[in-house]
Amino acid sequence: MLPILQIGPLALQAPGLIFLAGLWLALSLSERNAAHRGINPNLIYSLVLAGLAGGLIGARLGYVLRYPAAFAASPLSIFSPNPGLLDLWGGLVGAALVSLVYGQRKGLALWPTLDTLTPGLALMGVALGLTQLASGSAFGSPTELPWGIELWGARRHPTQIYASLAAALILVLLRPQGRPAQRLQDLAPGLLFWAFIAFSAAARLLLEAWRGDSMLIFGSLRQPQTVAWLVLALSLWAFGRIYQHSRGTILTTEG
Amino acid sequence: MDNRPDLHTLLNPRAWTMFSLAVLLLGAAWIWLSAAPSGATTNGGIPAPRAGFLAPDFSLADAEGNSITLSDLRGQGVLVNVWASWCTPCQAEMPAMQRVYEEYKDQGFTILAVNATNQDSQSAAQQFAAEKGLTFPILYDVDDSVSRSYNVTALPTSFFIAPDGTIREVIIGGPMAEALLRVRVEQLFEER
Repeated sequence: MLPILQIGPLALQAPGLIFLAGLWLALSLSERNAAHRGINPNLIYSLVLAGLAGGLIGARLGYVLRYPAAFAASPLSIFSPNPGLLDLWGGLVGAALVSLVYGQRKGLALWPTLDTLTPGLALMGVALGLTQLASGSAFGSPTELPWGIELWGARRHPTQIYASLAAALILVLLRPQGRPAQRLQDLAPGLLFWAFIAFSAAARLLLEAWRGDSMLIFGSLRQPQTVAWLVLALSLWAFGRIYQHSRGTILTTEG
Repeated sequence: MDNRPDLHTLLNPRAWTMFSLAVLLLGAAWIWLSAAPSGATTNGGIPAPRAGFLAPDFSLADAEGNSITLSDLRGQGVLVNVWASWCTPCQAEMPAMQRVYEEYKDQGFTILAVNATNQDSQSAAQQFAAEKGLTFPILYDVDDSVSRSYNVTALPTSFFIAPDGTIREVIIGGPMAEALLRVRVEQLFEER
């Protein structure tokens, strides 16, 4: 049994608490990283909070637009605290729009800012795996291996732990003061961020193979793997392009 | 600094393209190799109180002693709501549940309001249901068996069960907004 904290109409469970703790740690890490890189930490903090607020509003608006009839029958539901009334894509669009506008207004450059946020994003990956472990979601396929965990009536691959370990490995590899991160940032802004996206997509592509709840397409292919493959392709292309562009600039200047 | 040329060699346009293609080819091969054989992912075959699994079956009686069995309701969308009369969020969501039940019951939607009787009293629950004019079945989980088999850790907890008997969503805590109830019921019908 996992603890549940009931605050008014909100039931905060262990997964929610782990997620909030992860978010707080990620935010602290990003602030410290910003200070180290000469970016105002308060700006990074406000940017993340603005993005979260934009994400929440976008997610609710997206949901209302998807199911207008349900809200027409009970308009007050628009303000309900139910997390079930959130649309993922609306949230992503809302968060991206608000962050972009806020960043532009405050004069934050896109790639250096994303590089600054990268260690925090990697840390969120670790927290997400632990959140899924606490809630029992993103579970693995049945296995006889000794490290299998008892979950939902079977001994299963601990895919949530695999995901957390992969995210931790990426975090260690791309840690703020580490050599790879320093070199990538010296080469060109944006490379560190795209390296993180590429590693994360590769990890998902690999680990999805042991999931027991994969959505399938074309009969037996795992849908999240195909999405991760496309993200990996995009990140490799973006990484190469940013690098070539920066080299071109350097060579032109040198020439 | 001394191994910097290696990174630059890998990152020259031709080498980078070859490297990227090799990685993507490996990725595609892995997708093919790890395609899910039938039965490798959950298709609702195992009973567990979790979205994607078969809803654990139960039989409970209402105040008049009429027994209702969950598996008899296959073919209908079902909301199993575990509640108690003293629980404020449970009280708050019941009127919305009643309105949605009235609207959808003729289309094949049922609510089973499972009272957590071991932490409530049957008379208090009956009085509450009468005051609010609830017409959906109120069942009494006297021995806590449903709460245990559904791993209920907070009140209310709601399980949306599709016509094929699989759980589509678990909502812990409340009150559920009326719009949420409507959307979820419509989604259950989409799967018929």
